[in-house]
Amino acid sequence: MPFELFVALRYLREGRLQTWLILAGVGVGVGVIIFLSALINGLQQSLIDRTLGSQAQVVVRPPEEMPRILPRTDSALVSTVVQRPPQRVRSIVEWQRVMSLLERTPGVMAVAPTVAGPAMAVRGPGSTAVTIRGVDIASYESIVDLPGQVVDGTFDLTGFHTVVGTELARQLGVEVGGRVRIQVAGDRGGVYTVSGIFDLGNQDLNERWVFVSLRGAQTLFDLSGGVSTLEVRGAQIFQAETLAEQIRDRTGLDAESWMARNEDLLVGLRSQSQSSVMIQVFVILAVALGIASVLAVSVVQKSREIGILKATGTLTGSVTRIFLLQGAVLGTAGSLIGIAIGTTLALFFAGLVRNPDGSPTFPVDLNLWLYARSVAVALTVGVLSAILPARRAARMDPATVIRNG
Amino acid sequence: MADTSVLLRAEALTKTYGERVVTHVLKGIDLKIGGGEFCALTGPSGSGKTTLLNLVGLLDRPTSGRIVFRDRDTAPLDDDTRTRLRARSLGFVFQFHHLLTAFTAAENVLMPLLAMHRHREPWMRDRARELLAEVGLSDRADYRVIDLSGGQQQRVAVARALVMDPPLVLADEPTGNLDTQAGEQVMRLLRSFNERRGTAFLIVTHDEHIAEHCDRVIHMVDGRVDSDTRNGLDESE
Repeated sequence: MPFELFVALRYLREGRLQTWLILAGVGVGVGVIIFLSALINGLQQSLIDRTLGSQAQVVVRPPEEMPRILPRTDSALVSTVVQRPPQRVRSIVEWQRVMSLLERTPGVMAVAPTVAGPAMAVRGPGSTAVTIRGVDIASYESIVDLPGQVVDGTFDLTGFHTVVGTELARQLGVEVGGRVRIQVAGDRGGVYTVSGIFDLGNQDLNERWVFVSLRGAQTLFDLSGGVSTLEVRGAQIFQAETLAEQIRDRTGLDAESWMARNEDLLVGLRSQSQSSVMIQVFVILAVALGIASVLAVSVVQKSREIGILKATGTLTGSVTRIFLLQGAVLGTAGSLIGIAIGTTLALFFAGLVRNPDGSPTFPVDLNLWLYARSVAVALTVGVLSAILPARRAARMDPATVIRNG
Repeated sequence: MADTSVLLRAEALTKTYGERVVTHVLKGIDLKIGGGEFCALTGPSGSGKTTLLNLVGLLDRPTSGRIVFRDRDTAPLDDDTRTRLRARSLGFVFQFHHLLTAFTAAENVLMPLLAMHRHREPWMRDRARELLAEVGLSDRADYRVIDLSGGQQQRVAVARALVMDPPLVLADEPTGNLDTQAGEQVMRLLRSFNERRGTAFLIVTHDEHIAEHCDRVIHMVDGRVDSDTRNGLDESE
């Protein structure tokens, strides 16, 4: 064992009460950081999972239809009122080419063609406005795990089969195997058999979304082989906005990221992260002050011994290292205690309240990266806090401290 | 030509403390310590004995004058070089033994070796035990020093001072805190190391009786060497 570590460990062992108190302090501090990070990251991940459990990261649509300029007439004065034209379900021009372009775009993991448009779902006297989503199951699965969210029946969209949300099923009083009439503008429509009922964890979507096959939706909206949207999954969920921008630039189409669609959610997540960072900064500061004060007291208590060490041949650099190592040991050992405290607290909290489906109401995200970061932060804080006491110890004049006994 | 028998030479050493109120503690000391000498440094309180010891022990720097150790002028050396020179060439025994209370007797003895080599080696422990046996504490090697008596602690300090096998050991009132019997024992120990190993000793003491153990007595008064006698004969000139 190196000389400095040998002396540092012995000093920590000798100041038993002081060492245990500061270890407890660092442990509680790191525990709070781990608990808080695990809880906030878990909640954020769960919110993002729920949001992206039903949405594509980027949705690509044809650009909005703009008002057309009237042809100029030289002989007449024309008074014009410019109005936005009503938007209708339109196909992306040459969508196969666009899709293959998107698939080749860096950062794109999967693309799925879909048709989306408004309709009415009618059963007997009951009717409600819905959004038809025509999807090709194979490709759509790589964007959103919809089959995994079917709570009754199966995700079967062959022929005139449909999958509806729990809320719509309740409103229309329909069950798996029941029939629903889908009616779109222009008197087009058909009767569909409900093959499955999904629950996306969002009441609005459970009420409005009706899934049919891509071909069925193309027929309903008279798109004959066209698709109204291309849904994209990127490699990094928080890079979705950048990806959407790239897609806009490359295709000239409208591309909207989940981040733009859920700005409120992101603002909420960001504020949550910021408040968590603030708390962590203050906890780290308290830990740093704790370590620094314990070591400062130790330097005063050990001044005579530091003088003896220097008088008997210990170099100034070694004296500095003895105190820096004490800070490092306190930080590292304290963070290990903190990991135990934080993990126990987080798991206890996660098990405290559960949703009806058995998942924890407060999901926690404990991972190796969080632990490694906590140890690294505590180690750094430990060493940094020890710098001033260590310098003070190194500056001690052996003649003075020995003379003063 | 260099005088090889001279271990340490102090030339015109002065030391002053304070800036507003200046206290002249040493007022021009010239001194030579030869290899294997057993010297006492005596004088009344405030005569500058401990200050001189700290200067020749390279623990402090003189205000003027220089200290030459084995023909090497120590004035231009930086702190770390002085520390290395001190570790290799000088041993210290202090009045209050100044041991490290967190460590055992053997660990205290091997501490200078550890500080120099930076890693603990098995031979260091053997060396510490050997020295502890020489000072009559072989059965106390693993005791924490706070569990030892004053006399035993001082003997541990003597073993520590000798662990690097230095040519010169500086002792500041080594018996000042001990009863007569323990004091006698420590003095006998120092003398035996001097005779067996040829280690030179410079021992600060108030005690006339202890000074009588020594071959040479340097007496200081008011920051100056008042007399320097070897075996009762005046060395001053």
